[in-house]
Amino acid sequence: MEDIQILETVERYIRGEMRPDERVYFEQLRKSNPEIDQLVVEHTLFIHKMNEMGELRKYKTSLNDVHTGLSEKGLINSERLKGKAKVIYLWNRYKRVAAIAASIAGITTLTISALVWYVSPKPPTDKIELLDRKIREQQNKTYQLSKEIDNVKSKVTEPEVNYKTGGSGFIIDVKGYLVTNHHVVEGAKFIAVETHKGEEFKAKVVFEDKTRDIAILKITDDSFKPLSSIPYAINKSSADLAAPIFTLGYPRNEIVYGQGYLSAKTGFQGDTLSCQIEVAANSGNSGSPILNKYGEVIGVLNGRQTNAEGFAFAIHSKYIYTAIEELKKKDTSYNRIKLPATSSIKNAEREQQVKKIENFVFMVKVNR
Amino acid sequence: MNPDIKDQDLLKGLALNDKKAVETIYRDNYNMVQSLVINNNGTVQEAKDVFQEGMIVLFEKARSGSFELNCQLKTYIYSVCRRIWLKRLQQINRFSIEADSMAEVVPVEEDLEEHEKKDQEFKMLEKAIGNLGEPCKSLIEAFYIQKKNMQDIAGQFGYTNADNAKNQKYKCLMRLKKIFFAQYKNGK
Repeated sequence: MEDIQILETVERYIRGEMRPDERVYFEQLRKSNPEIDQLVVEHTLFIHKMNEMGELRKYKTSLNDVHTGLSEKGLINSERLKGKAKVIYLWNRYKRVAAIAASIAGITTLTISALVWYVSPKPPTDKIELLDRKIREQQNKTYQLSKEIDNVKSKVTEPEVNYKTGGSGFIIDVKGYLVTNHHVVEGAKFIAVETHKGEEFKAKVVFEDKTRDIAILKITDDSFKPLSSIPYAINKSSADLAAPIFTLGYPRNEIVYGQGYLSAKTGFQGDTLSCQIEVAANSGNSGSPILNKYGEVIGVLNGRQTNAEGFAFAIHSKYIYTAIEELKKKDTSYNRIKLPATSSIKNAEREQQVKKIENFVFMVKVNR
Repeated sequence: MNPDIKDQDLLKGLALNDKKAVETIYRDNYNMVQSLVINNNGTVQEAKDVFQEGMIVLFEKARSGSFELNCQLKTYIYSVCRRIWLKRLQQINRFSIEADSMAEVVPVEEDLEEHEKKDQEFKMLEKAIGNLGEPCKSLIEAFYIQKKNMQDIAGQFGYTNADNAKNQKYKCLMRLKKIFFAQYKNGK
């Protein structure tokens, strides 16, 4: 007999499918042949296990059926816990875990922040660098020399003034009123303003507003003749983001033109008094007018962030109006100050605009 | 303590996988086990698993024919499920059962050990069958578990005749027995 047939016979024997005579014969064979006997024992075990497993599977299926059936009928409460019960249940279940997690998180956070605080170098504090211009010693000496020569020539014994710092300023009233930054003239003993052509006039501070960094100067020199009408206007409203702007100022002893755009509506660290402009600014640019393309002043340049190049901050021009109003309130003799409200160079080319404007932008020189 | 007649009848029914008996036992005991598990850091799903495993223990005992119930069926089921849940809690390192000092418990350790041994064997067999791959797995299951005859199997699996199917089944069976008995002897 082949193996497959032997096995089939064994299976029939186990299942009890044999005829009685066949069965007797097979049992004799089992007794005489240990291999067959071994096979029967082994296969019986196997079939038994398979049967048990089959039954168990069926039983498991029926357990699940019963479970589903009973919970559908509501005979057992296996429906999902809802609402408050669920919250309480979840809380009960996870409260210890949550407590441990929370304390670990707390400790970790504290440790890390303590470490970071301890280890990290103190961050460089952002500072505004006020763009005063330091007039170089050499220039001072030259200036002193020429002064001396002048003195000798004219034999005039007027007190010698040595201007050490400075900035820029621009005319807001033809009678000789200028706007500059408060920080430019702060603590000044003597102030002089100089046109781009080199004419110098003495001036004094008539108004200062430290918070807004605005100062109004008045030219006191007798030699000053009232100017012709101011070409630019002073805007009451602020410009739009990305509006092209330009500026004229005295970062050196020469008037310098710069252009850029309005890059943010607020200034240093979100300061709402000022706005941020993208323009090259250097020491000495403080007090320079910021103009839009229509030749309207929209701001007064006042500083830049020490650790960043390429952009600067400007005070909104509407605060010039505020300053003048406050000045008028303080002293009625200034009632005649009138700020230019319209620009006469609206449609001119930039070169033409600058040519007109440069006569009204002054170098401010200060002796403290 | 004599178990009541109803419990005995239920066990007889259970041994035969009688749906009515299963349903009755299930209905009468599930909520008890569920609250045990849920009150001791378990979920509804875990409660269901624990209860069903307890039901399997009961099923095996009932089927063995040598089961003598010395207490109420309810107490037995509670004890078994409690033991199972306790063991799971220990395995996953959650905390132990607190609130059951009131409940009556009977010792079930031996029964559970027996069940675990059997469970192991079944898992072994399941794994061995799983390792056969197709079509062997389906062929073997069809013949030995679903107990279909060779003629039907040949039709179902697309063999030209019962002899071909028989040949294939024989090859599969030899492989399965080899795997199973190797593991079975190792396990012993």
